[in-house]
Amino acid sequence: MKIRAQIGKVLNLDKCIGCHTCSVTCKNVWTSREGMEYAWFNNVETKPGIGYPKEWENQKVWNGGWTLKKDGDIQPKIGGKWRILANIFGNPDLPEIDDYYEPFDFDYQHLHNAPEGKHQPTARPRSLITGKRMQKIEWGPNWEDILGTEFENRRKDINFENVQKDIYGEFENTFMMYLPRLCEHCLNPTCVASCPSGAIYKREEDGIVLIDQDKCRGWRMCISACPYKKIYFNWKSGKSEKCIFCYPRIEMGEPTVCSETCVGRIRYLGVMLYDADRIKEAASTESELDLYQEQLNIFLDPNDPAVIAQARKDGIPDNWLESAKASPVYKMAMDWKLAFPLHPEYRTLPMVWYIPPLSPIQAAADSGKIGVNGIIPDVDSLRIPVKYLANMLTAGDEAPVTLALKRLLAMRAYKRGQHVDGINNQTVLDAVDLSARQVEEMYRYLAIANYEDRFVIPTGHRKEATEAFQEQGGCGFSFGDGCSNGSSELNLFGNKKTNSVSINVGSVKKYEPGVRIPPVIPKSLSS
Amino acid sequence: MNYIHDLLFGVYPYIAGAVFLLGSWVRFDKDQYSWKAGSSQMLSNRGFRRANTQFHVGILLLFFGHLFGLLTPPSVYHALGLTAEIKQLVAMGFGGAFGILCFLGMTSLVKRRLTDPRVRATSNTSDIFILLLIYVQLILGLLSIYVSSSHMDGQQMLLLAEWAQQIVTFHAGAADALLTVNWLYKLHIFVGLTMFLTFPFTRLVHIWSAPIWYFGRNFQIVRRKI
Repeated sequence: MKIRAQIGKVLNLDKCIGCHTCSVTCKNVWTSREGMEYAWFNNVETKPGIGYPKEWENQKVWNGGWTLKKDGDIQPKIGGKWRILANIFGNPDLPEIDDYYEPFDFDYQHLHNAPEGKHQPTARPRSLITGKRMQKIEWGPNWEDILGTEFENRRKDINFENVQKDIYGEFENTFMMYLPRLCEHCLNPTCVASCPSGAIYKREEDGIVLIDQDKCRGWRMCISACPYKKIYFNWKSGKSEKCIFCYPRIEMGEPTVCSETCVGRIRYLGVMLYDADRIKEAASTESELDLYQEQLNIFLDPNDPAVIAQARKDGIPDNWLESAKASPVYKMAMDWKLAFPLHPEYRTLPMVWYIPPLSPIQAAADSGKIGVNGIIPDVDSLRIPVKYLANMLTAGDEAPVTLALKRLLAMRAYKRGQHVDGINNQTVLDAVDLSARQVEEMYRYLAIANYEDRFVIPTGHRKEATEAFQEQGGCGFSFGDGCSNGSSELNLFGNKKTNSVSINVGSVKKYEPGVRIPPVIPKSLSS
Repeated sequence: MNYIHDLLFGVYPYIAGAVFLLGSWVRFDKDQYSWKAGSSQMLSNRGFRRANTQFHVGILLLFFGHLFGLLTPPSVYHALGLTAEIKQLVAMGFGGAFGILCFLGMTSLVKRRLTDPRVRATSNTSDIFILLLIYVQLILGLLSIYVSSSHMDGQQMLLLAEWAQQIVTFHAGAADALLTVNWLYKLHIFVGLTMFLTFPFTRLVHIWSAPIWYFGRNFQIVRRKI
C-alpha cells in the first residue's frame, strides 16, 4: 500500500444557480490574456446540451479517456504510444477553435466615435485572432444557457443514452440543470499518459495535475486525451494550459478562486487519502458500471489507525492527516454517498465530484397521479430523469443516484418535520438508512455550508508556500521565465540588461497630509 | 572570387554550425518557454493532417538520406558493393520520391500559412521566413535532380560528399572540392547552411525535442515539489 493525499472537490449541483461567478472570477485571474481568450478553466453549462467544446462528452467523436484492451490492460483511447507518436504531425482527434468558439471583442469605441446618423450606433464583434469583423458569434462556453438553442441540437447530448428523449423537447416536459466544469485532477489522468514530452504531471503532495510550461512542446496530444476537454491549446504561446487548481492558493491553505467566490456556496474542498498502488487496478475494472464503486474502494478511512500509521510512513504530514478526518469531500463521497464522479466510464478516476440535483416534481405528481413514497416523493417523479443523471455520474447505474436523491429528499422532509410540525420523523430516515446524527451533519454541511466546513485545506509546508497574489495572469506552472514572449529581462550571461537606466525622479513633489498644496493656475487664466 | 568561394564553403559552414549549436543551447537554457513546435492545427484543420504529415515524413526521410549520402565514406559503401553510379541513381530516385512527397505537403502548407486568415494573423515573421526558406531549398533540391541527370557517373556526388566529410572532420581547404560543381548545388548548399544558421531563432528548435523518450516511460508521472 502506498498512501497519497489529494485535495478533492465536491460540487453540490442541488444548489447551483448557474450565475457563472466561478467562471468569471477564474477567467479574470488565470486566462485573461492573449491566446487564452477562448479558454475557460471553469465554465458552467446548462444540461441537457452538447456543451463546450461541442459534444465534449461524446467520446465516439473525440476519443478522450481510456479504453480497456482485450488483454485487460488500459491505454488512452486516442491510441497507445506508437499510435500517439504516429499522429504527431496531424492529430486526428483535435478540436478546432470553432468547436469552442472564435474569441471576440466588440467595437466599443464605435459607440463613442460614430458620426451622427439616423440610427443608434452598435458595437459589433471583432475576432481576437485575426482582428477581422465577425458576422456572427456561433458558440461559447455557456451557449446553451438556460436551454438556449433548439432541442434538435441539444438532443445530441450523450447523457440521453437509453432515455426516451423526445418528450423532453416539449415545453411541458423539459428539464434543466447546471453543470459547472473544471479539470478533474484525476487519479489516472489520460493527459499525463498521452504527453509525448512528459511535461504533465501529478503532484505527489496534493494531487494537483499541472503542465510544466517550460517542458511543454505543444505536441497537443493531451487536448485529445482529456475526456473532459479541459486542456486548452494556447494559440499564442503554442503550449497547452489547464486549470491549476489555484495551487498557489491551495499551498497557502486558501480555497480555489472558483470555490471562494461561489455565491451559492456549492463547492467543497477537502483531503482524500487513497491507495496509489491500486489506481491501475481500479481503472482497469472490467465493467464500466463498477468503476464508481472501485474508485470508492481505493479511498482510505482517515480515522483508521492502520491507515494513519502507513500514511505517516509514506510522508504525509500530520496536518494533512488531521484535515483528512474533517474532509467534507470524504463525508459526501464516502459517509453519505451523496457525491459522484463525473463520467467514471472514462476510467480516469476523476477527483471533482458532484451531488446530483433534485428537481421539481412533475405536474402529474401534483395532481396525485404519481406515487409518493411515504412522506418523500418518489424520485421517479422528479423532473430530471434519474437515468440521465446516472449516465452522467455513475456510467448509467441508477441505484446509487436514486439513493443519493432519496437521502436529499429525506433530509428535507426530516428538517421540515422538525421546523414545521415539531417532530423528529425517524421513519423517513430509516427508509434511507441514515441516523439522526448523520442527517443533522448533512444539514449543516449542505444547507448551512459554513466556510470552515466547506473548505478544510491544510497548508503546504511553509518553505513551499509563496504569496499567491503576484501569480494573477500567470501562465500556469513553470520554473523559468513564466509568460515569456522570447525577450528576457536578463542578458545572455544572467545580468540585467543595461539598455534602460533607472532615473531618480526629483521633480515630483511629495504629498504630505495636512499641508495644502496651492493649485496650479494656468497663466492664461491668472491674468 | 576564390576568396568568396572559400568564405561561403570553407568558413560559413563553421559559423552556421557554431550558431546552430550555441544558439540552440542558449535558447534552451535561457528561454525554454519559447521552445515549441508552434502548431496551428487548432486554428485551421481542413486538409492540414494530410499536408503536414506529407511534409514531415518527406523532409525527415530527405534529412536522413542526406545524412547517409553525404557522410558515409566511399570506402564503406564500396565495401557493401555499391558503386558511385548506383549510389547516385539511388539518391536521385529516393530523393526525387521523398522530395515530391514533401513538395505536395509543403505547397499546401505554404498556401495555408500565407492565405488562411487565422494562421496568417498568428504567424511570426520567423514562421513565414523559415517555411519559405525550406520551400526554396526543397525546390532547389528537386531541380538539382535534373542537373544530376546530365552526368550519371557519380563524380560530382563524390565531390559533394568529400566536401561535407572534410567540413565535419575539420580539414582545411574543404571548399576546394566544390570549385568545379554546378552552381545549383552550391546554391543548395548555401541555403542549407543558412537553415542551420537561422535554426535557433525559429520554431525549428522543436526538432531537438523529437519525443522518442516517450516510448521508455510510464504512462503516469508524479512529481514532488521539493
